Amino acid sequence: MNQPALNRMPSDAEVVATPAVIEVRDLITHYGTRKILHGINLDIRQGEIMVIMGGSGSGKSTLLNALLGLLRPTSGAVRILSQDLNAISDVERTKLRQKMGVAFQGGALFSSMNVLENIMLPLREHTRLDRSTMQIMARMKMQVVNLAGFERLMPAELSGGMIKRAALARAIVMDPRILFCDEPSAGLDPVVSSAIDDLILSLRDAMGMSIVVVTHELESAFKIADRICVLDKGHILTIGTVDEVRNSKNERIQNLLNRRTEAEILDPDEYLKRLTAAGA
Amino acid sequence: MRERVGDHMERMGRSAVAGIAEFGLGAVLFAQSIYWIIIGHRRAQPVRLDAAIARCMEVGIHAVPIITLMSLTIGIMLAIQGIYSLRVFGAEEQVVLGIGMSVVREFGPLITGILVAGRTGSSLAARIGTMRISQEIDALSVMGINPVRYIVAPALISMVVMVPVLTFWSSIVMLTGAGWYIGIDLGMSAAAYIDRLTEIVKIGDVWHGLGKSVLFGILITLVGVINGTLVSGGAEGVGKMTTRSVVISICAIIVTDMIFAFIATRS
Repeated sequence: MNQPALNRMPSDAEVVATPAVIEVRDLITHYGTRKILHGINLDIRQGEIMVIMGGSGSGKSTLLNALLGLLRPTSGAVRILSQDLNAISDVERTKLRQKMGVAFQGGALFSSMNVLENIMLPLREHTRLDRSTMQIMARMKMQVVNLAGFERLMPAELSGGMIKRAALARAIVMDPRILFCDEPSAGLDPVVSSAIDDLILSLRDAMGMSIVVVTHELESAFKIADRICVLDKGHILTIGTVDEVRNSKNERIQNLLNRRTEAEILDPDEYLKRLTAAGA
Repeated sequence: MRERVGDHMERMGRSAVAGIAEFGLGAVLFAQSIYWIIIGHRRAQPVRLDAAIARCMEVGIHAVPIITLMSLTIGIMLAIQGIYSLRVFGAEEQVVLGIGMSVVREFGPLITGILVAGRTGSSLAARIGTMRISQEIDALSVMGINPVRYIVAPALISMVVMVPVLTFWSSIVMLTGAGWYIGIDLGMSAAAYIDRLTEIVKIGDVWHGLGKSVLFGILITLVGVINGTLVSGGAEGVGKMTTRSVVISICAIIVTDMIFAFIATRS
């Protein structure tokens, strides 16, 4: 599928003019006594696709949880649509969360409900629409993610790719301003994975959402990203466009891009130390 | 050697703190559930009645066959044992006294509690544990749906309603089973049996049993939910915490039963 319009990069002028929808300032988090994120600063702008990339243990999942408000940071601030996620009241946070959609790695579809009920759930809980209206809205989103006709299936009956599509449909059913996708292509074959990438691109273009994608898949990151943020051991190595990251001189980034193993991870003493630190 | 003692001390301290933390978590969950049941409507996040009714079906109606079978068996067993031991004094006729009191005050609530702990407490722990692992709980949170309101409150409502109902049913079935055996063995007519029962069992005894069962329902729910939320590490973790939830709720039920009986017989 060759659609340059979908992959269009915003011009520099556009980038500067668009306000940030997510602002992360000096974010530090701990897991027990172990420091996971060492002061992250990150802006995600209106309408861009920001890919947060890094290897296992780089802190990308922790960063995502902090952005979603599932994890309270030790210090620093996460501002979403100009509201500090950890300083506002529960009522305000509930309202704010209706402007955020999240597609989890494993889909996180509720196993006791069929696909349509899953997608309708946010509408049922947050709106006073009647049932048929909610069904129409949910079916429209299913159409968007190419899942029409599978309304009555249970999550257990879906394939991996269909689960991701259903999760995306549920994430966008409230027409959020910001969409978060956790490892959208993990566990999928290349063809399906590429289709999901196209879907994410078309969502941005059709609905003007800002999209945050957390992934370790290089190919998909390069395909969909407007900007990439490379995380390593809780630090940001670089934030830049695809070309900037690809041509970076930084050795650690090149290691990540070229899948070179790092010697120190294989050092058993170091590894044991990490394990005990994790257990403490 | 000294180091090992220190290690043990440390481990004991850690598990004591963890135990107290679980108590605290239980209290918080209970308070939050009550909060959502009362305040939810005002904050446009009501506890769903249809969810609570669905849980009631699961907790209550689906448990009726097993509870009926167990209660009937235990009722007959009580009659057999009662008649056998009272025969020593030639006082078989008094068997109704012993059975009436013990069934309504103790056996009904206890057997129902234990069966519900095994059936519903475990499934609650497994359900919440699985939801945690598959990030369904996180998904609820980020959708702005409070997990306590959505999962815990309906479960609590269904247990507080259904465990007393099941207890009442269980007591009736037990007394029927016992009466049936007594009728065969001692030739006591059904009318005479019911007469004696109503003479002996006061309404206060029924309330004693039902009151206890409400407490058991709350305990089973909280223990199940807490163990569910503490699940970590995949399917094995779910299995481990499910077992733990059954063991702890049965222990909690028996200990609470003793304390309740002690306090209730004082006043």
